[in-house]
Amino acid sequence: MTKILLALLIMLSPVISSAQTDMDAIMMGKKRFCVGPMYSYSSWKEYWEGALKRDNQNIGTVSTQMAGLMGNYGITSKLNVLFSLPYVKTKATAGTMQGMKGMQDLSLFVKWMPVETEMLGGFFSLYGIGGLSFPVTNYVADFLPLSIGLQSRTASARLMADYQTGSFFVTASATYVLRDNIQIDRTAYYTTELHLTNAVKMPDGANFNFRTGIRNERLIAEAVVNNWNTLGGFDIKRNDMPFPSNKMNATTIGVNFKYVVLPGTNEVSLVAGANTTIAGRNIGKSNTFYGSVFYVLDFNRKAKSSDQPAKTN
Amino acid sequence: MLFIGCNKDIAGRTDNTPSLNPANTDVNAGTWKPILLTGPAEFSIAAPIATNTPEYIAQINEIKSSQADLTSEERAIVKYWSAGAILRWNEILRDLVAKHNLPPYQNEDGTYPFPNANNPLAYPLFPFSNPPYAARAYGYVSAAQYDALVAAWHYKKLYNRPAPYKVDATINLLVPQSDLPSYPSEDGVVAGTAVEMLKLLFPGDQDFVQQKAAEHKRARILSGANVRSDIEAGEALGKLVAQKFVTRARGDRAGAAAGNQAVWTKLETDCIARGETPWYSFELPKRPPMLPLFGKAKAFLFDSLTAISLRPGPPPPVNSQQMKDETEEIYQLIKNPTRERTRIVHFWADGVATYTPPGHWDAIAAEDFISKNFSEVRWARNMALLNMSLMDASIVCWDTKYFYFNPRPTQLNPAIKTLTGIPNFPAYISGHSTFSGAAAAILGHIIPERAAQYNAMADEASLSRLYGGIHFKSDCNVGLDVGKKVGRYAVERAKTDGAE
Repeated sequence: MTKILLALLIMLSPVISSAQTDMDAIMMGKKRFCVGPMYSYSSWKEYWEGALKRDNQNIGTVSTQMAGLMGNYGITSKLNVLFSLPYVKTKATAGTMQGMKGMQDLSLFVKWMPVETEMLGGFFSLYGIGGLSFPVTNYVADFLPLSIGLQSRTASARLMADYQTGSFFVTASATYVLRDNIQIDRTAYYTTELHLTNAVKMPDGANFNFRTGIRNERLIAEAVVNNWNTLGGFDIKRNDMPFPSNKMNATTIGVNFKYVVLPGTNEVSLVAGANTTIAGRNIGKSNTFYGSVFYVLDFNRKAKSSDQPAKTN
Repeated sequence: MLFIGCNKDIAGRTDNTPSLNPANTDVNAGTWKPILLTGPAEFSIAAPIATNTPEYIAQINEIKSSQADLTSEERAIVKYWSAGAILRWNEILRDLVAKHNLPPYQNEDGTYPFPNANNPLAYPLFPFSNPPYAARAYGYVSAAQYDALVAAWHYKKLYNRPAPYKVDATINLLVPQSDLPSYPSEDGVVAGTAVEMLKLLFPGDQDFVQQKAAEHKRARILSGANVRSDIEAGEALGKLVAQKFVTRARGDRAGAAAGNQAVWTKLETDCIARGETPWYSFELPKRPPMLPLFGKAKAFLFDSLTAISLRPGPPPPVNSQQMKDETEEIYQLIKNPTRERTRIVHFWADGVATYTPPGHWDAIAAEDFISKNFSEVRWARNMALLNMSLMDASIVCWDTKYFYFNPRPTQLNPAIKTLTGIPNFPAYISGHSTFSGAAAAILGHIIPERAAQYNAMADEASLSRLYGGIHFKSDCNVGLDVGKKVGRYAVERAKTDGAE
């Protein structure tokens, strides 16, 4: 079973989303397809204007709802492919500005586990994850904080390590995200200087994720710390609006649970979690809640599967 | 999916503009009608030293030694400035406007601080270059540069000093050759005028402005186009002309445009006394209206009585069926915005942290002027006509806005959620429409083959405010009409200024 893209929700969605691949150390078995709907609700009242934390009576609380479909298919037990596609809707509780809504970015990942070995009485595994994401509609990026996304096509590379002994586990990962330039509707914009173009250079990003807790056949309960930094970008000026190429940094802490309701070949599980932003720059101090239901389709037919390693759901 | 190039650098639309190589040098532009100067010789400049004197030869040698080992950065500077002095200083001004176009954050008690010209670096930074401030800044800088260049052309013809590369053929000329006499340097004039005007308009940005001016002057020497005395004479002339415009600006009543609590209250009570519904601010906390007395500022193209005569009749009464219909029209538009309408709203929004609608029209004009190969003096004349139109449009528009003090659509129907920010001033008449009508009128005269496109752009800019949910149709239609009337004053001036 998988928890694709929970990381997607860790950020101030929708501002930084879509670039995140699965950050867990769980692989689907061969010819098994895990799929399900997800929903998340994220909101913030305070935000960081540069390093300054403030609120804004003209927007009140900004909320983002996201509903999407996520899936994970096991080509082999060591090589999985994953996707996600969310629909996003934003809203501000004060002021006159209209929120936005629409299909956002399709994310695709390949997840590979080249190393899985016994170590110190437990199991150690290493993962390489490559991802791509691109917008599926021509939504507006340049209307922050009410845009549903940033329109940037991304490519990401992640290295992840996991260690489990008994039910206890730790997972750590580091990701580099390349972000392509975007096009906006206006023909000029100001960052730290005037740009006479509709193209915007987007800073790349780096993400670090650490999670630990218990993991067994039926239950995962974990604490998660995530840190996202754009490598470049500029600060929002005093009382200015945010812009897609701002420096956007966020550190969140949260919890995540998965419970297998119906074990077996066609397993059904529930996922729920929450996180809060404890530090940031040019980003909302958001609280996020999410949940999803996953169903496993087994394409091994009646052929007996002998390709089911211990950690596969 | 092959999108991850290593080089994400983006070129601006005018970064690679070729060197200005005018088809016509307008050698007689010294006879063109100036705006404020009594004549082209109002400020005198000394006759240049002869080209066979040791001092001149030393200046020739300065060019040669500076050219001996040009770095790529120096070549880039030459290329940048060779695109045109008026173009580049207009872009620099647009940069400053965008940088400063930020409304001040409120005080603890819910009031708002005002920027202080005498303490420009303290928060809130001076100026808050909102659309009227910006229109006036573009207007003054452009008008001063035009007058200074008319004077420069007068002296060029009078003194007829050849360019250094005509005196010494061994100079390596990095820009197109010109038959125009080089004293005083038009680049020196434009830079000197800009520096002096910007001391008034953007007093906290002198380090940036001076650095640009130093680079500009250096580029002209590196390029072999001017000796130092060409540039210094031009700069001195530019400063003198600019000072005359600065004196005018200090007395043009714009400095008092913010008003005070008594003024703001009176606008409201006067409106109620007329039996109408007064505008109120949608910002929280409520912000005083933007520059309510700007309508009293002194225009360039007409006197104050004419400005008042250009004020249109009243908007439909708030309780009229027409206003109910116009409100419903906006509600229907914003309920389900299409992507194309949203694009139009954002394309023309020119709101916070942008160079404002007048700056947008300057950008449109500049990119068209590039393709016309105007001389510097004609560039300046056309930019002055455009920017005086935009400034005067802002004066008539602001006068109208505060004369009627009419509400925005959201005030009449709170269900109207907008696609862009609601500007903090009354609705009637639309600023975007007035600016755009004026710009289209004068640009259509300057480049007649583009007149239809300018009108179409003005119509779209005007409609964008309807689509955005922040203006009624009456605001937009009447605004366009008033703008065109203002623009016609510039057209009349253009027909008689000696340049056509």
